[in-house]
Amino acid sequence: MSIKKTIGSTMKLNRRTFLKASAVASSTAALAACGSKSALDEFLQKNFRFMSKQEIGEVIQRLETQYAQQYGKEISVSAKEALPETFFGYALDISRCIGCRKCVYACVEENNQTQAPQMHWIQVLEMEKEKGIDFMDANLYYQHEEVPHEGHFYLPVQCQQCKNPPCVKSCPVNATWTTKDGIVVVDYNWCIGCRCCMAACPYGARHYNWGQVELDPETINPDTHYLGNRPRYKGAVEKCTFCIQRVREGRYPACVEVCPVGARKFGNLLDPDSEIRYILENKRVLILKEELNTQPKFYYFYGT
Amino acid sequence: MKKLRLALGILAAWSVAVLLGPGLLTSGLTPSSIHTPPQTAADAQHEIAVPPPPFSEDIYPCSACHADMEVNLERRELEDFHDDITLEHDEENRWCMDCHDAENRDILHSASGEPIAFEESYKLCGQCHGPKLRDWRAGIHGRRTGEWNGRKDYLLCAHCHNPHAPRFKSMKPEPAPEKPGKIK
Ligand code: SF4
Ligand code: SF4
Repeated sequence: MSIKKTIGSTMKLNRRTFLKASAVASSTAALAACGSKSALDEFLQKNFRFMSKQEIGEVIQRLETQYAQQYGKEISVSAKEALPETFFGYALDISRCIGCRKCVYACVEENNQTQAPQMHWIQVLEMEKEKGIDFMDANLYYQHEEVPHEGHFYLPVQCQQCKNPPCVKSCPVNATWTTKDGIVVVDYNWCIGCRCCMAACPYGARHYNWGQVELDPETINPDTHYLGNRPRYKGAVEKCTFCIQRVREGRYPACVEVCPVGARKFGNLLDPDSEIRYILENKRVLILKEELNTQPKFYYFYGT
Repeated sequence: MKKLRLALGILAAWSVAVLLGPGLLTSGLTPSSIHTPPQTAADAQHEIAVPPPPFSEDIYPCSACHADMEVNLERRELEDFHDDITLEHDEENRWCMDCHDAENRDILHSASGEPIAFEESYKLCGQCHGPKLRDWRAGIHGRRTGEWNGRKDYLLCAHCHNPHAPRFKSMKPEPAPEKPGKIK
């Protein structure tokens, strides 16, 4: 594949295509090849964490223009910062979850996950009651006429928002980090797609964009956040962000609202009156793979 | 302008999420109107808003039929009407008049005879299911929509559990994910 073709067909030059391009030509040639100003701006874009307010504004504007062209409709990209005094936590009631997978698909829609090939941030595991939590024999692909299936329980797994996240430590270019409100995020423009974080994550919570991302303009969610559900790129890694675009506006994550049995709970760990604190103080709570010291802020509990 | 658009967007997305939620909650619930009086000092801070009770179609007010009927307090199998209701809720020990009020058919009553409106039926349920009521008030039992730091919309027990047969019904799961290997 020639450099021209790479650039021409996607109308942009990002850090991944750049790396590819430099394998066959010098970086100067690659830069010269990209005629448009916006492609150049995109190439020169800094890591989100080190951008000034003004630079963020410019990037947002460029992205909104680009998305509008690509999807033929207005797509807003927010860069809203963390709310003061918030540190998010999540709790899931394993005694209630019936394995209906409604959360899986609500998440796909809310967060604009590509479906070519299929991507699910939430994975619902079916386990045998007799064995308890046992990842070896867990079944992700269960198919039944009706759930819950006799003798089984369900354990949905998504990013555990670790306080001590191995994914963050493993990233060679610092494209992923923990925000002030406790959400582990990815700068999709800064990510080079090396997949180190995917190997480091003990929960299989990170997902890779294998193909060119093409979302259906009909169903795309136009309310996006830079660090959340804005359209991603081929070769970038992504994961659950507690619906950063919603929770920084005070709303519940989409999976919380869709769950028909009310198994999913979310709130501010710093607020002693929050639902999440009530659970931590009054229920039997567990975290997954505690022995790894990842310190998840995603808790499982028994509501019964 | 941008703020307004965002607000409208959020409102639209929110109402879609609420209205088109899972099949269970189909009866066109709007999280609206009814505000139950706060019970404790802690509750007084956040009022509990619930949508209207899920009556079967065209059946309320009950007094429309019952006003002219003689009250029969004898425990029996119903044959002429309401025969579609099979009680699977401690049926050995309970029957209609333990919860429904014989004098005023449009309300419920507590074990001690206090009147309870259908809108506040959770008080009735809570007489036996105390810990569940406590968790529900705290936002732990049952589904919540709205804001984690503000207004929350509650559902009544009866929105998810049929009071006559409260065991949660099983449902068809959404499709399983594709197995790996389809990546082109
Ligand atoms: S929507 Fe709720 S009940 Fe259904 S699989 Fe997800 S967590 Fe479990
Ligand atoms: S679950 Fe995985 S992706 Fe999420 S914070 Fe922990 S290590 Fe990172």
